[in-house]
Amino acid sequence: MPLDQSFAGRSWPPTAPYLVGREKIREFATAIGATDAEYHDPEAARAIGYADVVAPPTFPVVITMTASSSQIVADPELGLDYSRVVHGDQRFAYTRPVVAGDSLVCVNTVEEITSRGGHDFLTTRTDVTTEAGEAVVTVWSKLVQRGEE
Amino acid sequence: MAETLPTQTFTVTRADLIRYCGASGDFNTIHWSERIANSVGLPGVIAHGMYTMALAGRAVSAWAGAPDAVVEFGVRFSRPVPVPDTDEGTEVVVTGVVKEVTDDGLTKLELTATCNGEKVLSLARATIRKR
Repeated sequence: MPLDQSFAGRSWPPTAPYLVGREKIREFATAIGATDAEYHDPEAARAIGYADVVAPPTFPVVITMTASSSQIVADPELGLDYSRVVHGDQRFAYTRPVVAGDSLVCVNTVEEITSRGGHDFLTTRTDVTTEAGEAVVTVWSKLVQRGEE
Repeated sequence: MAETLPTQTFTVTRADLIRYCGASGDFNTIHWSERIANSVGLPGVIAHGMYTMALAGRAVSAWAGAPDAVVEFGVRFSRPVPVPDTDEGTEVVVTGVVKEVTDDGLTKLELTATCNGEKVLSLARATIRKR
């Protein structure tokens, strides 16, 4: 079943704030094998101008994946069959790194829905800001729903 | 000749994928169950695309010499990274080349990530601001 085209161009209300924990950043950095002191040691992060440990570049997906799946991907009206979904593209544009202590909200938008060769493509954009509205990072994901065999 | 990033080789084992499931919250079964992975037509358990991208991010940050250097980072996941249930796992090899240094001090990189000699990322680009 093709995806509901009426989702294209839609935006959703901001998500509930996600409080970024120091231990979550450490856990994520450890999981990807990133040993840079600034990901683990608040003193090292403060020495380069941050209030607490900074997150590795792909960390924001921890927050945005949950935000976009709860508001968009899991909406039955969209018609996405998650068992046929693969991750197509991923892009981040940073204003600054995520820092432990940030309280972040996500605004999700469906930028594009297309079909090609029997496959459906869903591009979402998530604008991540602090609760006060300071821009942090914008995250784009393209999901591919493979055609049914 | 264009400046290149030194080649970095990352070992990926099943334990790494399990750890990444927990840290990222992405528990998609294809990243830990051979049975489910096979049932959806995959050769076996595959790494999260975001895990491969994270390794490429490590290579970029290391080359830039700063954990916060990356200002833009994008990839296409062109092939899966199968991770066998062995002590050795598999290897992802990341390299890159400087494409451009802009007037405002940004460096644009084109990255290559391979597994078993095949490209697993395409259109892999990072823009960094060196300290």
